Amino acid sequence: MRLQAVDVKLGYGDRTIVDGLDLGIEAGTVTTIIGPNGCGKSTLLRALGRLLKPQGGEVLLDGKRIDRTPTREVAKVLGVLPQAPTAPEGLTVADLVARGRHPHQTWYRQWSSDDEAAVGAALSMTGLADLAERPLDELSGGQRQRAWISMALAQGTDLLLLDEPTTFLDLAHQVEVLELVRHLHGAAGRTIVMVLHDLNLAARYTDRLVAMRDGRVVAAGEPHEVLTEELLRAVFELDAKVIADPVAGTPLVVPIGTHR
Amino acid sequence: MTSTLALRMGGVSWQVRPRGVAVTLGGLALLALLMAMNMRIGDIRMSLAEVVRGTFDVTSAHNFVIMELRLPRALTGALVGAALALSGAIIQSIARNPLASPEILGVTTGASVAVVAGVVASGSLYGGAAGLLTTVGTPVLALLGGLAGASTVYALAWRRGLDGYRLVLVGIGVAAVFTNVKYWLLTVGDVNDTARAMVWISGSLNGRGWEHVVPVALALAVLVPLTLLGTRSLDALRFGDDTVTALGVRVDPARALMILAAVLLAAVATASAGPIAFVALAAPQIALRLTRCARPPLLSSAVVGAVLTSGADLLARTVFSPIELPVGVVTAVLGAPYLIHLIWRARK
Repeated sequence: MRLQAVDVKLGYGDRTIVDGLDLGIEAGTVTTIIGPNGCGKSTLLRALGRLLKPQGGEVLLDGKRIDRTPTREVAKVLGVLPQAPTAPEGLTVADLVARGRHPHQTWYRQWSSDDEAAVGAALSMTGLADLAERPLDELSGGQRQRAWISMALAQGTDLLLLDEPTTFLDLAHQVEVLELVRHLHGAAGRTIVMVLHDLNLAARYTDRLVAMRDGRVVAAGEPHEVLTEELLRAVFELDAKVIADPVAGTPLVVPIGTHR
Repeated sequence: MTSTLALRMGGVSWQVRPRGVAVTLGGLALLALLMAMNMRIGDIRMSLAEVVRGTFDVTSAHNFVIMELRLPRALTGALVGAALALSGAIIQSIARNPLASPEILGVTTGASVAVVAGVVASGSLYGGAAGLLTTVGTPVLALLGGLAGASTVYALAWRRGLDGYRLVLVGIGVAAVFTNVKYWLLTVGDVNDTARAMVWISGSLNGRGWEHVVPVALALAVLVPLTLLGTRSLDALRFGDDTVTALGVRVDPARALMILAAVLLAAVATASAGPIAFVALAAPQIALRLTRCARPPLLSSAVVGAVLTSGADLLARTVFSPIELPVGVVTAVLGAPYLIHLIWRARK
């Protein structure tokens, strides 16, 4: 197990969102956490990325307690892209991506040739090399999201947590970002954990799905094991038919609702 | 990144901004000139050549006057300006707000209240301006008041972490309360005491000696290297807290440490020369525009602050000569339109 939550209790202040949850992330897999709004999936991801301190239980990174490992050492192994991240005004793509090198730098090693190479590689892998000197605010939503992913890549970690990387993007850009994620997984066998809202895209691009409701894991496994009509009713209170995706053969959710 | 160069040697690599280096060096040259021009002024007027000789040649007839009176005053101005500007640069970086300054952290207003309270409470007791209380008491009171003011703001702004916006809002509120307490003290105090207090709270370099230079110089000697080590944290702290944590920065300790350095710098500066207005606000923004950095640069800001304060003091002593204005009056007169300009720009 690369990353493990053991009996974690998570919340903000007096409000407990997740209580007594266990989850393991295997090396070299792409895992997506799904669930209705407010089910605690982002909270769980933040705890896995040590952005949120558990009120109880522990998070283990490569078998060691993540909160007992110096945060800088964690940052060399684990990259996190928070939900809707914000950057200072006027920042260029290259500056943003260069920031990903932070954990590898010290006051006497501010910009090594390793840094330069990692940033160059991250920019070209996300197809942003030509846009490097452009201010972030001038990019399209999809390009901006790729720039943020590029920053996490420059960090040089083989474990990536992405919190809703496709939010606010149109379908074409969502596919673009997820293709990139799949490519990152395929190219270097990175372990990736995401939170996504679109069930069909989640099924298409992931090895393992984790379905959550009310702070608990309801089901976990391969997409075709998890995305069933019963589960959709139990987790999302959604009446739907699940058919095979005509392109990939993965489960495709078709809501019933009312129709013409 | 086009504006930065990387110097590499073995495992060591440094990032250098040619523009920043140019601004810093140019600023230091201008500062030396302004200080020398300041040192010409006094009972005996000297030429620039006499000032230079008097400073570096111990056998010069002017050496005593320069070393005992004029150099300490000029140095106090430069060091206090540098300390205030550095403090402002740190706070503006952390608050991500060009309107933030040590005034907002409660340092200067806290110091003012403490000094006015001290003067009003003890003035008639010790028979006016003379005595140990004013030479030692005022700086100590200012330092304690500044730290107390900052602690108040910090305690009220802290809520499971520190948010830049909340800090600024709480700071403005606390500053308003402190300012009114100060005015109330001025109205209840003895007329002679309050007149003395007024000179201090407008920020003055008059009669500053080595005892005012040493504390600021020591504070800068310790805190400048510390803040420079924190430069990379400051760069990272401009991003959202989650992003910064993900990059391996311990956000709250890093931020608290930098704020503590800013508070100490501003408190020591205020203790030496009173609250000299607007230097902490304007100098980082001027340095930012000169160097075209992404956030207020630390060293360049300090140099610009020293230049601003020395220049303002020169104006204060020459414009209405032989009457000398407190330097804080000049910085306020120059700074107010600048503040309006900043707010105007922020509105757009």
